[in-house]
Amino acid sequence: MQKLDLYTRRRIVNTAGLAVSVLAMAFGLFWLCWILWTLLEHGLPALTGTVFTQMTPPPGSKGGLLNAISGSLIMTVIGTLIGTPIGILAGTYLAEFGQRGWMAPITRFINDILLSAPSIVIGLFVYEIYVVRFKHFSGWAGALALAILVIPIVIRTTENMLRLVPSTLREAAAALGAPQWKIISFVTLRAARAGILTGVLLAVARISGETAPLLFTALNNQFWSDRMDQPMANLPVVIFQFAMSPYEDWQQLAWAGALLITLSVLTLNIVARVLFRQSVTTH
Amino acid sequence: MSIENIANPKLFVKDLNFFYGNYRALKDINLNIAEKMVTAFIGPSGCGKSTLLRTFNRMYQLYPKQRATGEILLDGANVLDAKQDLNMLRAKIGMVFQKPTPFPMSIYDNIAFGVKLYENLSKHDMEARVEWALKKAALWTEVKDKLKQSGTGLSGGQQQRLCIARAIAVKPQVLLLDEPTSALDPISTAHIEKLIDELKEDFTIVIVTHNMQQAARVSDYTAYMYLGDLIEFGETSTVFTNPKRKETEDYITGRFG
Repeated sequence: MQKLDLYTRRRIVNTAGLAVSVLAMAFGLFWLCWILWTLLEHGLPALTGTVFTQMTPPPGSKGGLLNAISGSLIMTVIGTLIGTPIGILAGTYLAEFGQRGWMAPITRFINDILLSAPSIVIGLFVYEIYVVRFKHFSGWAGALALAILVIPIVIRTTENMLRLVPSTLREAAAALGAPQWKIISFVTLRAARAGILTGVLLAVARISGETAPLLFTALNNQFWSDRMDQPMANLPVVIFQFAMSPYEDWQQLAWAGALLITLSVLTLNIVARVLFRQSVTTH
Repeated sequence: MSIENIANPKLFVKDLNFFYGNYRALKDINLNIAEKMVTAFIGPSGCGKSTLLRTFNRMYQLYPKQRATGEILLDGANVLDAKQDLNMLRAKIGMVFQKPTPFPMSIYDNIAFGVKLYENLSKHDMEARVEWALKKAALWTEVKDKLKQSGTGLSGGQQQRLCIARAIAVKPQVLLLDEPTSALDPISTAHIEKLIDELKEDFTIVIVTHNMQQAARVSDYTAYMYLGDLIEFGETSTVFTNPKRKETEDYITGRFG
């Protein structure tokens, strides 16, 4: 009887624990689904062909988001191109050379702060050092702010992924007499490349929705702009501006833009997950 | 200890001490490694057999706070000398690890990687070297049609033979094997043991093993270690059939460890 009681008690505890977990999951999923549903409900009808072919309109007239889409793409790509090499190199330093000395722990600590710094602070910082000095908003300033957001994410994932590479692999390369730079560039970085690429994609996903750093740097531009030294249109700021406006057309476009950003972030995350899963199974 | 009995030593180990921080892991080790023979290090976990092996190519240098004192002479030069060129040392002394460690590249590049560090071979010569090494490691027939495929896609036993091929492709004089079969199944283990027998024609081999039967099967000389001390060292047949020390007898008969 004692045994049966123990078993019954375990079963009850198990069921209760499972129920609480499922409820918590359902609670989280509920909001997520609601957000997605609202986005689809309002965004899909607004997502017409003109969204991709016309510029942001003045209030009361028809238009699209072409300048904002292209501006977002340009600044995200340039921000990623600036931030990724710096992040990978710094992350490599932390993982491969960081065991000795005081530089690495301090770098790691500062990077953790940067990682959790509110993006509006980054925006204000670039505003102070760039926009104020050059006396106008510009695409470069926007890309710079995004790059500063990319760096800590890529540093963190690069370091973590390199630490996952078994030390026996490093030893094996060292035992052949390979110098450290060859061990790192041909063996460890190569072993961690899928994980590092995942980190870069997640960083892209993160910056493609950032509004605050662009509000103070790239600002916005009502017209087509491919000049990086001029204020540049971008989806987050356009959404911010249009959604707050009283004009029906603008609000429609804001929904379309929000849906676009969400879909691209979702796609990036899915690709990153698939890549990371592949990298884990090949080890 | 029967150091002087060894006919033709390749490595002379004199008064070797090793420290992990303040912990003394090897205590005044003296032994010689015979050329083109197999020397096995046996003993319970933590006895220092792997540590001893890793001093021969100064593997410990990757980690701060690890250091060795004493002498290990190879061709008259002290391996432990700070002026010793580490890369040239490791060209002479190759190593294979417990877990197979194929690099994340093709089978061909796995072997060419080490060779390229020391020699500038033409494409044709490199292909010949890769084939030579794979044949020596008894892997050629299994992989000759998939040299461009990733080395990580091979089975565990094949991966370990790839690692042996990679080590001998550099044409070292000494081959260090750190429990090379402990992660493998019996058939792969038999493959590797047969291979060790063939390889000792060309290389001086030192093997660390947990498996006493393996030491008895493959080695010419055996060193029994315990808690950082070299307890007994001699010809394998003597150590296993007629050990001089009580501790050795207890260990090899399974009464301890």
